[in-house]
Amino acid sequence: MKLSEVKKDTVYLNRLDNTLPTELEEAGITKIRSCLQCGSCTASCPSGRRTAFRTRLVIRKALLGLKDELLKGEDLWLCTTCYTCYERCPRKIEVTNTIIALRNMAASKGLMLQRHKEASALLLKTGHLVPIDKPSEEKRSSLGLLTAPPTTHSYPDALQEVQTLLRRLEFDTLIGQRGGI
Amino acid sequence: MDYALYLGCIAPNRYPGIEASVRGTLEELGVRLHDLRGASCCPAPGVVKSFSKDTWLALAARNISLAEDLMKNLMTICNGCYGTLKEANEILKTNELLKLKANEALSSIGRSVNGSIEIRHITEVLYNEIGLDSIREHVKRKIPLKAAAHYGCHLLKPSELRPWGSTERPRFLDELIELTGATSVPYKDKMMCCGAGGGVRAGAIDVALDMTMEKIDNVLNAGADCIVDVCPFCHLQLDAGQLQLNKKLEAKYNVPVLYYTQLLGASMGFDPLKMGVQQNTVNGLRLFQR
Repeated sequence: MKLSEVKKDTVYLNRLDNTLPTELEEAGITKIRSCLQCGSCTASCPSGRRTAFRTRLVIRKALLGLKDELLKGEDLWLCTTCYTCYERCPRKIEVTNTIIALRNMAASKGLMLQRHKEASALLLKTGHLVPIDKPSEEKRSSLGLLTAPPTTHSYPDALQEVQTLLRRLEFDTLIGQRGGI
Repeated sequence: MDYALYLGCIAPNRYPGIEASVRGTLEELGVRLHDLRGASCCPAPGVVKSFSKDTWLALAARNISLAEDLMKNLMTICNGCYGTLKEANEILKTNELLKLKANEALSSIGRSVNGSIEIRHITEVLYNEIGLDSIREHVKRKIPLKAAAHYGCHLLKPSELRPWGSTERPRFLDELIELTGATSVPYKDKMMCCGAGGGVRAGAIDVALDMTMEKIDNVLNAGADCIVDVCPFCHLQLDAGQLQLNKKLEAKYNVPVLYYTQLLGASMGFDPLKMGVQQNTVNGLRLFQR
């Protein structure tokens, strides 16, 4: 590509949602406005080392108010929440928690990955994101453990409690499983 | 010493050998473990907390309330569960408004939560409460392995609520490993994430596996015989991830992964077979047959 072909991204002021920084502050990201764009977060990010995910850009976009772009981008889901960015930030900005807060906003608009909805459906059905399966039951027995662990897997009343709680919080609706188990 | 044992999902439901080794070693070390009957997923900090913080807190509060019913502090054996329950418990102790919200939700199932107990990771119980010297008295056999310690992220970070100090160069897991007679070998990017957290294993498996591969390559380059971890989710990623890498890339990764109490148990005289080391994707039995 020739230099003359490089297009600059233009940020249009009328397309910005300048309430986003305040919204994030209210979600506990109190120091976000002090970001100096040093890039320590990006340099520390194990996910960004192999993808185009850039934590510094997430913070910049959040401060500019490019909310739609942030919430619709799948990059938001590449963070493993290792918290290295947060630990190394010279201003102690809650970078990881910013991403989690943005994910909450995305999920509330139905912008979740299908695979995450599927995993969450297991939580609703069994009380566990990773429920017991037949091979693991056999492994448990062979080690002298109870075939089913003493969790919701052994106590139907407890599972019912978890399901009631999840429905009360409308988690079933959030993951597209309204009323279902 | 008494603890409510919080099992989580992956240890009991995929790697029961971890559960067996925890129960065996801790009992021998004089810790009485009480089952948290009817516990659910913690729920996972990178996943459920990413979707709905309210749901995350309410479900965590329910698990904490089970331990409060027993009037016992809660011990987790997983970094993810530790991350969730530690943070949720701190919220319940310090944020009246969110505690009220959690209790409102819990009232629908006739429960309530006070914020009256403490949450500890098994390494905290081993290192800070039982202590290296007391554990050493139970070591009957030295295990001459070169081990690559994998701390995992949520054991250490965010650092505020945790007792460890350094998140860049901690030593406690290395010290726990070395009292078994094993050597903890240094390796490149030792503190790097396994790749599984934050919903990345479920949502972007190729990215997760690429991180795992980097980690395992670094472990191999350091000449380690095995990886030793303290988190069943890291364990799943580092162990089962090798099979996924082998299928995807026609590679031949074959590094055994042990949960810490499987190594400790072997040094305390437990039969590795009874701690399920042969049930891992990469059979760990060969580590003890020399």
